Parts: sequence; C-alpha cells; structure tokens
Amino acid sequence: MTQVAVPGAEQDNIMEISMGPQHPSTHGVFRMDVRLDGERVVRLKPVFGYLHRNHEKIAEAASYLAAIPYTDRLDYLCSMTNNWGYALAVEKLAGIAVPERAEYIRVIVSELTRLQNHAGMVGFLLQDMGASGTPLMYAFRERERVLDLFESLSGARMMCNYMRFGGVRVDCSAEWLSETAKLVAGFDGFLDEFEQLLTGNEILMARTQGVGVLPRELAINAGVTGPGLRASGVNYDLRKVDRYGVYERFQFRVPLGEHGDVFDRYMMRVLEMRESLKILEQALRDIPSGPIMDPKARLRGLRPKVGEAYARIESPKGELGFYLISDGSPNPYRYRVRPPSLINLTVLEDMCLGQNIADVVVILGSIDIVMGEVDR
Amino acid sequence: MMLEEIRNRLQADIPGCQVELVVNGSPSAQNSLLIDRQHGLAAARLLREGLQMDFCSNVTAVDWPDREQTNKVKTKQIVDGVEKEIEQTIKTTVPGYLEVVYHLFSMTNKDGPVVIRLRTPNRTEDVAVPSLTPVWRSAEFQEREAFDLYGIVFDGHPDLRRILMWEGFTDHPMRKDYVPPPDDDLEILREG
Repeated sequence: MTQVAVPGAEQDNIMEISMGPQHPSTHGVFRMDVRLDGERVVRLKPVFGYLHRNHEKIAEAASYLAAIPYTDRLDYLCSMTNNWGYALAVEKLAGIAVPERAEYIRVIVSELTRLQNHAGMVGFLLQDMGASGTPLMYAFRERERVLDLFESLSGARMMCNYMRFGGVRVDCSAEWLSETAKLVAGFDGFLDEFEQLLTGNEILMARTQGVGVLPRELAINAGVTGPGLRASGVNYDLRKVDRYGVYERFQFRVPLGEHGDVFDRYMMRVLEMRESLKILEQALRDIPSGPIMDPKARLRGLRPKVGEAYARIESPKGELGFYLISDGSPNPYRYRVRPPSLINLTVLEDMCLGQNIADVVVILGSIDIVMGEVDR
Repeated sequence: MMLEEIRNRLQADIPGCQVELVVNGSPSAQNSLLIDRQHGLAAARLLREGLQMDFCSNVTAVDWPDREQTNKVKTKQIVDGVEKEIEQTIKTTVPGYLEVVYHLFSMTNKDGPVVIRLRTPNRTEDVAVPSLTPVWRSAEFQEREAFDLYGIVFDGHPDLRRILMWEGFTDHPMRKDYVPPPDDDLEILREG
C-alpha cells in the first residue's frame, strides 16, 4: 500500500490509498484506488486488467470446439457452468438439440458447482472478516469432495472441459451417481454445522448487518445479477425465468433477501445451497438412460449459418451470457462473454461510500468475484 | 411484445427517430432493432420507462471493416454489329462501421431479449455514439470496455477511460485489423 497526499485537499486527514493488487482480500490481482477521510471511504475506483489476456480475441481465432477449454479459465472455480453457458449459445446459434440424459447430467454438475462455489465463497468471506482458517477449512473439506467427483467424471478437478454443444463429453457411471447421492445426503449436515457456527454468531452479525446496503432500484439499474440481486429482494433467477435445460421439472424455491446488506448476501448463499440440494435429489432420482450426445451434432468443423445468438445461464456468480455472431466460417466472427463478476462490481463504490475501510474488504468478499472472469 | 410494435412505438413517440428491423437468419431468430444514433438516448429512455426494459444485461461492440463486394452485371453491347450479352464484374467497396449491441430484458415483466444496435458512420474519423449509461448504470463498465478494445467514443459517459489495457496503450486490440506488436517491442515498452 502506498499513501499519497491529495493535492488541494482541505482537510489534512484525506488520504489516498492504493489497495491491491497484491492485497490478500482482493481474491486475485485487483486494485482499488480508495480515498479516505479518517477511516471513512469517500471515493473508491476499481482498477482492472491485471489478468487481461483478451479471451474474446483468442476465441475468435479458434474454432467453435476449441473455445471450450478457454471458457474453463473464465471463472476458474466454476468451469462446468462456463461450459454450459457457451454450449447453450452455440446450440441456439446452430439449432442443436440436447438429449435428455445430457440435460440431467448438466443440471447435476452445475448444481454441484454451485455448492462448491457458495461454500468456498462463505469460507473466504469469513476469512476476510478475521475468522482465520476454521470456516474456510470446513468449506474446503466439502469442496474437495465435489472436486473429487468432477475428477472422476471429467478427468480434471477444476478445468473440467466437460460439456459439448449437443451434450456432454463422457457419460457418468451408476457408481458415480451413487457417490454423488451420498455427498448430497451428507451435505445438509455440513450446512447445519456451518450455520450453527456462523449464522447466529455475534461478531458475524455485527460485521455484516447494515453494511454495504444495495437498494433494490440501484441493483436492477446497475445490472447486478445472481445472489447479490436476490439479496436486495428482486425475484429474478434465470433457472425460473428462462427455464433453460430441464429446470422447469424441478421443485425448488428462490430465496430472497430483505435488506440487501452483506448479511443477506451471506444468507442467500447458504439458502441457495439448500435449494441446490433439493434439485440434486430430484435430478439424481429422475435421470433417464439414453444417449449423451445429439448424433447429428458436428463438433469438428462446425459452420453455423450466418446469424447471431445470445444465451445466458444462472451461474453461481450471476447471469453468465455468451453472444456469438457467425459469418458462416468455422470460427465465430464475434465472441463475447457477459461477465457477471465484472458487472456486479459496478456498484462497489456505491456500497462502500461512508463505510469504514475494514468493511470494504467484507463488501468486496460478499460480491464474490473471480478475476479470471473480470479481466478475461 | 413484438419487435415491430416496439419499432412503431419508438417511431411514433420520438419525432424523427429512424428504426430498422435487422433480421437474424440463425435458428435463434433473435432479431434486433437498428436505431439511428442521434435518437439513441431518447429511444433508450423510452424503452426503459415506457416499455419496462429495466435491465440492460449485455453491452458489446462489433467491428465491421470495409469489405469489397463483387457484383456480376450482364450488359448488352453491340460488338461488330452483333448484339452480345457481356458479363462484367464490378467491384465496389462497402464502407465499414463500428456497431454497439445492447441486450435488454425486463425484470418486471420477465421477458426479453430486445436487442438494439447503434452504428457509427465509419471506423476512423467519426466513431461516436451516445452513451446509454445515464439510462442504465450496467452499461458503465461495458461501454468503457468497448471504448478500450474497439475505440468507440461514448458521448455523455461519466467516466470514459481505458478499463482493461493500460493507460499508455494507444491501439484497440479487438478490431479486426489490429496487428499485435512483435514480442521484442514489449521489452521496449517495459523499459519506457
């Protein structure tokens, strides 16, 4: 951190701090130019680009199939949902159907992704608050089990490269499904234990309630999506609104917050994990047998007709969208990722103004960003 | 709400607003509305306030460079006193432009997308479109990104700076004619 005297500042106690890019709470290489009056934040400007590799340009130079492994590296904690968002966009663009079994497998791996993402996010949030180690290790213990399942299914723990337009790459075995069912059955117990430690905790409540409030109208106007939007009381979950995949077949509820503060954003994650467990139970019970790839789908040398498509899914971070334009050639003319992590940061300054500098860390943690997706 | 209805509403309520329906040939069938840039901001206000498009999800740019079009034209000419049909190839240059695409949804009515497009007259001198950030805050960072990577100037944007590339960078890497510097040039940049 460097301290710079602000020229022309009337009060002596106005101080400008460059927080990051190596600050441990920024979850990657992210920087905030913060102006402080004592400990109070009076201005905050996020600075991006440290992880920029022009993902979109790389994908425009590659074939439709070759872009899939690159999508793994966007939000590198949730490669499965990234794959799905991209596959859905190509399916819309080229009119590819997906077999039923593949749709169920997609739902199962995506809800598992949501479990491990939200567990990790809560762990990191508590770590940022000063609860060193314990909650994070509890969360990571569960996350490891999910990653083990991903490894046995796709061969990789994090960079799964698993979905294809028209289906998924490999089928899951009956053993894998029963292992998943075991994890799902035990996960509620972990959540109970986790909540017993955290939700009623006095320090957690003091640090989060009334902190970083995001009003409902601002959340909508600033395009905030995902748990952050629902914590402000807006009922907008793409699994219910768009009903992509086979989500209309499952019974689950959309948790909503009331105050839009950090505590509500924390509770959204916990409640969403419980709803994900319900979806997983139903999907594991109902999964049909059958093919996992559309036999007519062409993976190599796909040349969609001239046109464009925008597809979006409810990723654990928010609305993950892919916008593709085809000019009839084997690689996309335009490939665009709508990154929920970046757009959710639009309101970071609004949430931090008037708060203490120590709360900035907690507010940033409650947005849940991954720099691989912010900078692309 | 159908796109034709939205087009008629925009043309009726905003005097002089020109809206063209752009048909999308892919199976997604997501057609879009091309709005002239002078009335872009007024159209956005009407879409948000009159038509409940309260959520601007995705903002992005597309580069369409100048392209050569070859047309084969058959003309009748009299050669040596005999009328003959001669095929001629005429090459014309279609001027390029930069395009900004907005994907709008309604959280109130849970519908969408309504896709709107704004175009610049060319790719070099006049690259400005109105910023829609005053209408939808979600466009703030995304328009900065389009400015950074495509060089589109958004008139009325509150904080138009580069967002992903560094401050001293001069080019726009997402343009189709961008040539990356050779590796040794990066060394020179680093030394300043």
